[in-house]
Amino acid sequence: MLARDESDLKRTPLHALHLARGGKMVPFAGYEMPVQYPAGVLKEHLHTRSHAGLFDVSHMGQIALRPKSGKVSDAALALERLVPQDILGVAPGRQRYAQFTNADGGILDDLMVANFGDHLFLVVNAACKAEDEAHLRKHLSDACDIDSLADRALIALQGPKAESALAKICADAPSMKFMDAGPRRVAGFDCFVSRSGYTGEDGFEISVPAEHAEALVTQLLDNPDVLPIGLGARDSLRLEAGLCLYGHDIDTTTTPVEAALEWSVQKSRRKGGARTGGFPGAEKILDQFERGAPRRRVGLKAQGRAPVREGAALFADADTGEAIGKVTSGGFGPSLNAPVAMGYLPTALSGIGTTVFAEVRGQRLPLAVAATPFVPNTYKR
Amino acid sequence: MTTLYTSDHEWLHIEGDVATIGITDYAQQQLGDVVFVELPKVGRTLKKAEAAAVVESVKAASDVYAPISGDVLEVNDALAAEPALVNSDAAGKAWFFKMKIADKSELGGLMDEAAYKAHTA
Repeated sequence: MLARDESDLKRTPLHALHLARGGKMVPFAGYEMPVQYPAGVLKEHLHTRSHAGLFDVSHMGQIALRPKSGKVSDAALALERLVPQDILGVAPGRQRYAQFTNADGGILDDLMVANFGDHLFLVVNAACKAEDEAHLRKHLSDACDIDSLADRALIALQGPKAESALAKICADAPSMKFMDAGPRRVAGFDCFVSRSGYTGEDGFEISVPAEHAEALVTQLLDNPDVLPIGLGARDSLRLEAGLCLYGHDIDTTTTPVEAALEWSVQKSRRKGGARTGGFPGAEKILDQFERGAPRRRVGLKAQGRAPVREGAALFADADTGEAIGKVTSGGFGPSLNAPVAMGYLPTALSGIGTTVFAEVRGQRLPLAVAATPFVPNTYKR
Repeated sequence: MTTLYTSDHEWLHIEGDVATIGITDYAQQQLGDVVFVELPKVGRTLKKAEAAAVVESVKAASDVYAPISGDVLEVNDALAAEPALVNSDAAGKAWFFKMKIADKSELGGLMDEAAYKAHTA
């Protein structure tokens, strides 16, 4: 989904800051975004795991879902028509991971849903945000006003030093637990803060009015523990954390069960639950919960040093047979100092430790099905 | 010893009928942190412009093409063991492989240092 030429590309409120810090800008989901800074992907990745990394994710969509009745539970019940998650059960000040599904049980997008007390706050993927907003308007306009919060930037602060760095400008930060979310004052600005992220590390995401984004980020970057991190390391960090990238590891052809995201579908929405079904593709998805799915997303560890990348075909045998699956994300994991990948395999071959082979430049390289996350997460629960 | 360059950012040190081949400092800067290098087998006969080696950064894989035709005489095993040499010493310790020059006339199509500098300016 790259824009045809650079003049079509949108810029985030932090564009000037990226250039001033030497960011190497590339087109991504219609935006001009930093893929790396002068430190480079490897150092940026390792710095995030040892100290703290700051990411501009302002290209992502921020949407407020305001109940027309004034009761947030009505917005939650409305949103449950589009996602297989228990949204009614998201307590005020809490956040939950969800997916928009389609009639075939596939995933239209994955998102975060927070309960801000009087409305819901959603964060969706950049490449999907126009479609997501149209989807919400089409199906939820009876119950909700749908506000696109296009005038806000979104930044992520991730890593073991994220808490101490944010605490200097947000006194509430240390008391937040993983997946707490809500309005907070940060550096004197009215922000929305959640204790979450996309790296497997403890950390925060901060939504800030666009006009204050640079001032807030500059204060965080004044801390020597905090380095700006580009999209390159964002991808290697989330891959080591075993987290899905929409359009790669999950899409309209993969169900939440096939994608090994069963943990994200609460009992209340499954068969026998208080609000079973009632979302697009429910029949297929709930049937897969009972009977299993034909294929499954797995983690894959290469036995050699060669990275196995997205698109590589997977085989059961070292030298014969047809492809049985493919790699959907893959590369080098700097913290593991080894190649890591994710992909889909027939469920019968998806057990931990199973050896499969990936075709790379005409050769079949052995991989072992491995548990994810590859690098243990450090969330503050 | 003469050093020549290709438009694909490879360098060749020419000594007699042997060419030592690597990638330029400009190329390593574009690639970023190199984490894997795959070298051709000794004895392989390479045709000019054929994919001969692979260099991979965290983000992506890139081919290194044979800049001329000839047989592979020797490969740099130290580089396969320590791919980051490409970033620290692209023009020196991070040589990729040595070739026997099959056709000296192919060298005529390559750039000297001044021409390469202009190419990357």
